[in-house]
Amino acid sequence: MYDIIVVGAGHAGIEAAHICAKMGFNTLLLSSNLNNIADMACNPSIGGSAKGVIVREIDALGGLMGKASDESHFQIKMLNNSKGPVIRALRAQIDKKVYPKVMRRYLDETKKLILKEGMVEDIIIKNNQVKGVILSDNKRFESKIVILTTGTYLNSNILIGDENIVSGPHGEKRSNFLSLNLKKYGINIKRLKTGTPQRIKGDSINFNVLKEEKGDDHYWTFSFDIKPQYKINEQQKCYLVYTNAKTHKIINENLDRSAMYGGYLTKGAVGPRYCPSIEDKIVRFSDKERHQLFLEPESIYYDEWYLQGFSTSMPRDVQEKMLHSLEGLENAVISKYAYAIEYDSIDPIQINASLENKIIKNLFTAGQINGTSGYEEAAAQGIMAGINAVLKLKKKEPFILKRYDAYIGVLIDDLVTKGIIDPYRMLTSRAEYRLILRHDNADIRLTEKGYKIGSVSKEKYEIFKKRVNEIEKLKQILKDKKLHINEEVKEIFKINNINVPASNINLLSLLNRPEISIEFLKNFVDLSMFSKDAIEEVEIETKYSGYIQKEYRAIEKLAKLEEKKIPEDIDYTKIKNIASEARSKLEEIRPLNIAQASRISGVNPVDISLLLIYLKKEYSKDENK
Amino acid sequence: MDDTICAISTAQGIGAISIIRVSGSEAIKIVQSIFSNEIKSKETHVIKYGKIIYNKEIIDEVLLMVMRSPKTYTKEDIVEINCHGGYNTTNMILRILLDKGCRLAEPGEFTKRAFLNGRINLLESEAVNDLIMAKTDSKRKLSLNQIGGKLTIKINEIRDMLLSLMANIEVNIDYPEYTDNLVITKKLLNEKLNEIAKYLSKLVKESEYGRIVSNGIMVAIVGKPNVGKSSILNSLLDEERAIVTDVAGTTRDIVEGVVSLNGIEVKLVDTAGIRETKDVVEKIGVEKSLEIIQKCDVILFVIDATTGITKEDKKILNKLDINKTIIFANKDDLKHKKIITNFEIVYGNAKTLDGLDNLKNKLIEKFNISEINRDLTYLSNSRQLDLIKKANDSLINGLNSLKNNIPIDMIETDLRACYEYLSEILGERYEEDLVNRLFKDFCVGK
Repeated sequence: MYDIIVVGAGHAGIEAAHICAKMGFNTLLLSSNLNNIADMACNPSIGGSAKGVIVREIDALGGLMGKASDESHFQIKMLNNSKGPVIRALRAQIDKKVYPKVMRRYLDETKKLILKEGMVEDIIIKNNQVKGVILSDNKRFESKIVILTTGTYLNSNILIGDENIVSGPHGEKRSNFLSLNLKKYGINIKRLKTGTPQRIKGDSINFNVLKEEKGDDHYWTFSFDIKPQYKINEQQKCYLVYTNAKTHKIINENLDRSAMYGGYLTKGAVGPRYCPSIEDKIVRFSDKERHQLFLEPESIYYDEWYLQGFSTSMPRDVQEKMLHSLEGLENAVISKYAYAIEYDSIDPIQINASLENKIIKNLFTAGQINGTSGYEEAAAQGIMAGINAVLKLKKKEPFILKRYDAYIGVLIDDLVTKGIIDPYRMLTSRAEYRLILRHDNADIRLTEKGYKIGSVSKEKYEIFKKRVNEIEKLKQILKDKKLHINEEVKEIFKINNINVPASNINLLSLLNRPEISIEFLKNFVDLSMFSKDAIEEVEIETKYSGYIQKEYRAIEKLAKLEEKKIPEDIDYTKIKNIASEARSKLEEIRPLNIAQASRISGVNPVDISLLLIYLKKEYSKDENK
Repeated sequence: MDDTICAISTAQGIGAISIIRVSGSEAIKIVQSIFSNEIKSKETHVIKYGKIIYNKEIIDEVLLMVMRSPKTYTKEDIVEINCHGGYNTTNMILRILLDKGCRLAEPGEFTKRAFLNGRINLLESEAVNDLIMAKTDSKRKLSLNQIGGKLTIKINEIRDMLLSLMANIEVNIDYPEYTDNLVITKKLLNEKLNEIAKYLSKLVKESEYGRIVSNGIMVAIVGKPNVGKSSILNSLLDEERAIVTDVAGTTRDIVEGVVSLNGIEVKLVDTAGIRETKDVVEKIGVEKSLEIIQKCDVILFVIDATTGITKEDKKILNKLDINKTIIFANKDDLKHKKIITNFEIVYGNAKTLDGLDNLKNKLIEKFNISEINRDLTYLSNSRQLDLIKKANDSLINGLNSLKNNIPIDMIETDLRACYEYLSEILGERYEEDLVNRLFKDFCVGK
């Protein structure tokens, strides 16, 4: 008997299993292939806009993804560095060979965590509560909680042109019956689709004609408490490739042979909008003369390249022709063909914000099974499901991040409030409070919370405390240092072409002015003992305080609505006059509070008023008793 | 529920006094900030006399009823401002309150608060429930009518421009590696924002739904001398003598008098007559007249019915906007011929008051006054005006920030705010518009 069983050792599963064991519970992590844990089945990169912030959030909560990425990448970039402070994010090219090894080491080092091989085909249920899992060989494992992180392995099919192969990703075994059984227990099953491009042998590529893409000349890390593991001059390059008229012609001529367009796909299987196949791009953007593609190395230990942007479900012979039409890839040899994959997911409307299922108690789900896409999105749900599984066993309130706490909060709230149509990817535009959800302050937003619930170690917390103190000290120094406008000071302003302040002013207030940088302030105060990170933090919060404070005020308003809880036992049929669409949506989603209720599409402000009135009428009676 | 709300509580019309009610935690603070006398910290349920002052200008002499929580209708702090009736003053005070941080109350919101704060019992609450439903429904209908097709299209055009710009900024942020996509630089953003600002400010100008309610309709009376302009003026004023207000000096124009038409103020302006002239003094008068003709809502062109449209009349008519001109064919006696013209025409006799009702009906019809004068119209008008103003403010804020070298990612929040305000006018919610647009306009992803 285990406390917790985690099914699947992908990016969601390992974060879930790790945090459960770390928080003190006996955990079993089941994988259908132990040689395939932490597999990066698609792109060889982690991070990116918004996603990079999620990685930092996972790290701030005590998760693994940030650290493992830092230890296994061979190129890193700060995206949008020149565009503005709030949308910066890290992206790293990860060595696909190294990453799983590093992860495996972290898992092996984790006490109370056991790894076993086995394909789960059913769950054990008693009184609407999960009690364990049943494997394909009928072996049973019992536990108090089960976390399903099955990725694209549920009832999956691989499609290449008219070939339809019963298989998990790249030839792995799939789970044949688990989604079918879940359906039997009342869980709605959706059919989703995604795809992956070709892998190409490096020695067959003519790199000389391709444009290079390099990493940054700076030691960035995802993790707040790890030192860089590589040397800058050892960074690997990526390359740019472009489609051309010939490529487009080949695709157009063979459209009916693609699984997508030829009608070989299961009816109703939905692919992601943000991740269109190359044939999709050609059809939908027919006026575009070329499409940009990226060649990214998969590993420094084997010579295979990933062709980002060329995902397709064309048959093999067409794939060859398409590829050979590209400049630099005229003689390219395909080591793995591109394919589309169809798989089952659950309907995230049926889960709570804690990621526990509404129908079956003690059953949690995380990652692609919830309808998301992406390693980072999966890992984020993994750690949250793990934390909430532990809190459930401890009989404590679930740990729910708000939309203004973290991108993770936005992600989960979107899933459980709005549901999904196509696989969900995080984008900065999904976050309404992104001036606050920055990558530089992920630890300030989350580490204290993580420490309180027990997912962050004392050691990590101490490092965090030191950083916070440094920031506070820097602020204080700038505040205390009053600038007396004498001739000497005036001269410094004039040399730098900056208007001289009208009267004496402290440095922190001065920093508020748009044209003043902290670099300039170093003319008046010695800041050499402060780290770059601390300086950046203070600069952002001070310089853009007008905008940032506006966002904090909006958050205060939202927080008040969040305090207005909706009782779990509410009967929506009893609310008079509420629109029937709103009623059925409320019934289905069962929001936790008024703020969440008002985010449901189809629930209008009038309905919210009526709901408030009903709550007051029904539940204030109890207060009076 | 925690913000402070305000609304005009008295019926729209021509009463001598209007009451604006303000409720919420900031009610007393906000009113104090524009009130000449001190509201002492413990005073409650008292009447205070003083002046409403805004930007150092005295707006009105008022009586305040100050009622502190909890013994009030909503159980919150309430201030009721008794001001002098008439749309101008009441509206101006309402606007000032909105400026100072109040929010315009939704229909039934005072009652809703009263209930939610436990002021009203359960039986009454059912009525509240129905009240909110009823009011909201009629408000919705009204808003839809008012916004109408044309305006909706205009707002949507602006929303579309914003959305397309935002999607471009977002694609630059979310997919920086795609170098083929247009990059929104500060210079380009400045151009685009200025273009949108132009549209939006035009819209603000054009779509002041509340304008008629708050400013009334300006009618310029035009015509040759001695065709009976002044007798029409006098007849209109005579009949409505009881409610004529003397507003001389309040505007730059020579307003001869104000009458009320179903509660809407109709300002009558006499013009010096349009003629080409060499006389300097007269020339000033003519220029002034031309300005009034440009500015006014209706031109009442008076002709002598017995002579019909003369050559001289025709010359002037050619210069007038056919859409806002009504010809009044004044007759001294029974003899007159049917006049053929493309302009709208009303026959009457200013002296005997014949035809004046026809004229009024024409105005009512032209401005949809019978619709406007419904109780709730004003609310929806102000709400929309308020939102358009906020949308405009957000955009201007963004432009200013751009000048101050604030990064685009911050400025984008202003665009988003602008977009949300515009959507709110149309009663649409900002859902996945942006994400959808991003993937519609740009080809990105693995």
